[in-house]
Amino acid sequence: MNADPPPHVAVSGLTVTGNDGTPIVADLSFAIARGEVLALIGESGSGKTTAALALMGYARPGCRIASGGVRVGETEMLGLGRRALAEFRGQRVSYVAQSAAAAFNPAQRILAQVIEPALVHGTMTRRAAEEKARGLFRVLALPDPEGIGDRFPHQVSGGQLQRLMAAMALINGPALVILDEPSTALDVTTQIEVLRAFKHAVREQGTTALYVSHDLPVVAQLADRVVVLRGGRMQEEAGIARLLAAPEHPYTRSLLAAAAPAPQSPPAVAADAPPLLQVTDLTAGYGGVTAAGVPRVPVLHDLSFAIAKGSALGVIGESGCGKSTLALVVAGLLPLARGEIRLDGALLPARVQDRTPAQLRAVQIVFQMADVALNPASSVAASLSRPLRFYHDLRGAAARRRVAELLDMVRLSPGLAARFPDELSGGQKQRVNLARALAAEPALLLCDEVTSALDTVVGAAVLDLLAELRRELGIAIMFISHDLSTVRAICEQVMILYAGRRVELGGRAALRRRPMHPYTDLLLSSVPELRPGWLEGISFTHLAEAAGGLMPADAQLPCPFFRRCAVHIPGTCDVLLPPHRVLGKGSEILCQRTEAELLDMQQTASAPA
Amino acid sequence: MAEAAGPVLRAPAGRSLSAMVLRRVGMSLLLLLAVSVVVFAGTEFLPGDVAQMVLGQGATPEALAGLREALHLNEPAVLRYLHWLGGLLTGQPGVSLVNGMPVAALIGDRLPNSLLLAGLTALVTVPLALFAGITAAVWRGTLYDRGLTVGTIAAVSVPEFLFATVAVLVFAVRLHWLPALADDVDTDSLRSLARSFALPVLTLALAIFAQMARMTRAALVSTLNSSYIEMAILKGVRPVRLVLRHALPNAIGPIVNAVALSLSFLLGGVVIVETVFDYPGLAKLMVDAVSTRDMPLIQACAMIFCAAYLLLVLLADIAAILSNPRLRHR
Amino acid sequence: MSAALELQPIARRRLSLPLLGLLSGILVLACLLLALLGPVLAPHPPGQIVSPTVFAAPSRVFPLGTDYLGRDMLSRLLVGARYTVGTALPAALLASLLGTGLGMLAAVRGGLTDAVISRAMDTLISFPSLIFSLVIVAALGSSLAVLVGTAAVIYMPGCYRIIRAVAVDIETKDFVRAARARGERTSDIMRHEILPNIVTPVVTDFGLRFMFIVLLVSNLSFLGLGLQPPLSDWGGLVRENLSGLSVGAPAVILPAVAIAVLTVSVTLLVDNLPGRKAAMRER
Repeated sequence: MNADPPPHVAVSGLTVTGNDGTPIVADLSFAIARGEVLALIGESGSGKTTAALALMGYARPGCRIASGGVRVGETEMLGLGRRALAEFRGQRVSYVAQSAAAAFNPAQRILAQVIEPALVHGTMTRRAAEEKARGLFRVLALPDPEGIGDRFPHQVSGGQLQRLMAAMALINGPALVILDEPSTALDVTTQIEVLRAFKHAVREQGTTALYVSHDLPVVAQLADRVVVLRGGRMQEEAGIARLLAAPEHPYTRSLLAAAAPAPQSPPAVAADAPPLLQVTDLTAGYGGVTAAGVPRVPVLHDLSFAIAKGSALGVIGESGCGKSTLALVVAGLLPLARGEIRLDGALLPARVQDRTPAQLRAVQIVFQMADVALNPASSVAASLSRPLRFYHDLRGAAARRRVAELLDMVRLSPGLAARFPDELSGGQKQRVNLARALAAEPALLLCDEVTSALDTVVGAAVLDLLAELRRELGIAIMFISHDLSTVRAICEQVMILYAGRRVELGGRAALRRRPMHPYTDLLLSSVPELRPGWLEGISFTHLAEAAGGLMPADAQLPCPFFRRCAVHIPGTCDVLLPPHRVLGKGSEILCQRTEAELLDMQQTASAPA
Repeated sequence: MAEAAGPVLRAPAGRSLSAMVLRRVGMSLLLLLAVSVVVFAGTEFLPGDVAQMVLGQGATPEALAGLREALHLNEPAVLRYLHWLGGLLTGQPGVSLVNGMPVAALIGDRLPNSLLLAGLTALVTVPLALFAGITAAVWRGTLYDRGLTVGTIAAVSVPEFLFATVAVLVFAVRLHWLPALADDVDTDSLRSLARSFALPVLTLALAIFAQMARMTRAALVSTLNSSYIEMAILKGVRPVRLVLRHALPNAIGPIVNAVALSLSFLLGGVVIVETVFDYPGLAKLMVDAVSTRDMPLIQACAMIFCAAYLLLVLLADIAAILSNPRLRHR
Repeated sequence: MSAALELQPIARRRLSLPLLGLLSGILVLACLLLALLGPVLAPHPPGQIVSPTVFAAPSRVFPLGTDYLGRDMLSRLLVGARYTVGTALPAALLASLLGTGLGMLAAVRGGLTDAVISRAMDTLISFPSLIFSLVIVAALGSSLAVLVGTAAVIYMPGCYRIIRAVAVDIETKDFVRAARARGERTSDIMRHEILPNIVTPVVTDFGLRFMFIVLLVSNLSFLGLGLQPPLSDWGGLVRENLSGLSVGAPAVILPAVAIAVLTVSVTLLVDNLPGRKAAMRER
């Protein structure tokens, strides 16, 4: 490391501790060359954000920078006084926060906030700063670069705010930009736009950057080098190509494995198995029902699908597509407005209060946020005992035995029974959550984003568990997720929702073969792949469609995807309801285009994974 | 992030700012109407015969019947309520049962005195409490802040009459600086004005200062804890600009809200203070009316106090609505 | 997330708060004991004139002096404790019980139940508390039962609002949804899922209600509209000795200080309860 020119940024022995002295970041050392993008990768609790903030000489309340050095250019930042530090921040080192929506001051116009670093540091006049900001808006591919600055933060979308914050970070041409999970809160189709804009801007400005993330495929697109962090300590440091091809540290290997879960072999389901759950023309939403029998705020439109005994259906869509609403409707927590749900051939009442004990027992829901899915005031044993008593009238020793069995079933030690939720890790909580649903001995498990809030490695283990449970218990699963790779890993059937409509329904294999619904195509193409250069390979068609994601889906149109669709037919798609079409590969789509037309048009785009 | 399940509750989208404010004003009017029902019904429970009570045991049956007629006591309660409400709205809330004076005249005599007292108190307290609350929030965690916090917690829990009696003891009895009573409200000279108002205002101010400073501090602290303040620090913004440009504009709504809510505590305090200092205000009038069970007077006074209270709460809520930039800039 | 460290780099040690909490806890306990044992401890019969001197200064025989009639102040204070605490405690219990129950019910049931209860509470909360009690006292007089009932009605809506807000927040949590999806009844959801999670706010709020009610009954007594002689609570003691103010008699100030000791220590105790969530007070 002692090469002749000193590195542009050098971090040495950085240690940040909590106020009680426990290290959050321990003895971290790395260097960044001028114009290089270094990724700091780690899971939640790895200390990556704490480390990133320490690079600005900043520690959040409750922690402090204990020792070490951060040199940027010629300046040692950690030795600076308060005034000098303020002088440095926003001028020489700048920061892009994870949630742009929270990091923008709601009471000020965007432009004023973007140019503020230039004004407080006196680096340029207001006029020059505004000019530069508008230039950066153009580089970052923001719509209406002249006028967007006059808006207030709540008037632009999350993807745009994230790019506007990047403009704020770049306004003074800093020596180092720190990007802290800048695309994590975004949908995949929005994310590619933001990633491309970042990459372009970083190239164009020759910026040196530290990119903090938990997401290896994303990092693969932007970073030159990667530092892997775990428990506040560096595990491995390598160039991105070497890290992906030949990871040395076992932890890095587990990260890589979790980023691309292998499809589980499905249990044998008889081809002619009768449907366990049959949903027909389901329409549901919020705000009560109008005289016409439609919800005031409709979310789901005319959905039909079936789940066979013991099989798994994946439901995919971006935020707001109605996939969680679907779980609530099937569970009876949100009454449907129109259509019907049948369980084992019998009509399932819309409201949970009207269902029979057997019906209640048969359908169990597992929620996304393990943190709030368990009663914090109940021990694990108490949480699991409620359904045992409620459904099976088990008490005392019999209940205790069953609790131990359930814990064993989700691969937890029976010793955890006495613990309370705040004494469990995220993965353990989600397993208890699962055990509580299994306590009912259900026929159908509704899994709502059960791995989304977990770290990838932990989430992958929960996925494995689900697959095993299916094999052991023959439970059918409706698996709701925004993440294609997890859905593909455990589901034989996949349903794709867009603005509450079922745009495609087919077997898992059908998701890999064209033709497909244009939205499916976009969704598949937007998932970052674990190889550098993927971002550059995205077709212009998909980019245009992805950019359209910044506009809300138009539920008024017969085809809600119309505005974004690259192959739409004006005069048809925006007037007539799209027909159901069965494709040769076996899936059913909702589109005006014929199979041949779609195949022809999609062949021009790059091949999906 | 995955989608948030569940209904979006009371999404402000699609409802304009003026519509929200109007809705809030309408709600206050409805509440005032509900309050009037409670006030009327409450005073209807009166055990015994009002006419008998007014005229005493020796009254002739004719006199009693005449008074019942005059007080509409023979009509059903609903009609009497409407009568009374109509009277309130037209400024004729009846006649005192005790001295036969029109209630409107009695109140007209006293209301300005109470308004003067409350106004002076607000004038003294608001700037001081804002200063204390804002500085405590900015320097939170310091000894100054802790002291102020413990002090205000204590002050909020102390009865007003303790302040009042201690103030009289110290300034009037021991030091002879000020008169203990504000009997003759003399507004002719500034000097005598200050002397006669000093103790009542001081007592009232102490009581609401604590409330206001605490709430102001809380409003600003929650703003200072937000992500955009951290972001501004990371931009290199210095503390003074941080507070003035980034925090205060966002806290102004909550602070106005806090001020208006704190001022509503004046309404309770004024009852005690006017009694201690024998101050000829509306609250003293009401307390006296309660001792003599002068119902028309009690009803009218109660309605004025409740209206004032609802007005302050309304102002507080409107401040909160207006301070939301999502509603101001659509 | 906070900017505290940036704005004041020298983080000073906070006042030792557990100590403050302990101290206030002892004082609250002492007041409750006085309410229980007051008459036993009183050195003189509290209602009897025992000294020819009115407003006497403290002496060995009368440690706190005498009142406007020449009665022993210490004895009157000790006995007065039971009227102040004895009115405020049942009223606060009633307000807390009703407010908590209705608040949970409104949160779990939602819809019409919530709307009806909430609007009724909105109406009650639109009265300044002292004004409401003046109206009731004018109509029904000021017996112990009326005072307890009135205070409970006045302070129930505040408790209701806080508990409802906390419970609504919990009600949206997934573990409650899971219980609903299981088909559990409203009463079971309230008892097993909501109640165990709101113990801290309920206790905190109860302390504050108690403090507010002590202030209210004291204020009413001070105005001469509370408990009537010969029942004298601390507020009443201030009123009957008010004429001693001009001579600086301790008989005026002492009962007022006694009230302040009780209310301030209750507030400080509540503020320093372990595990206390954000300070919750509005009235």
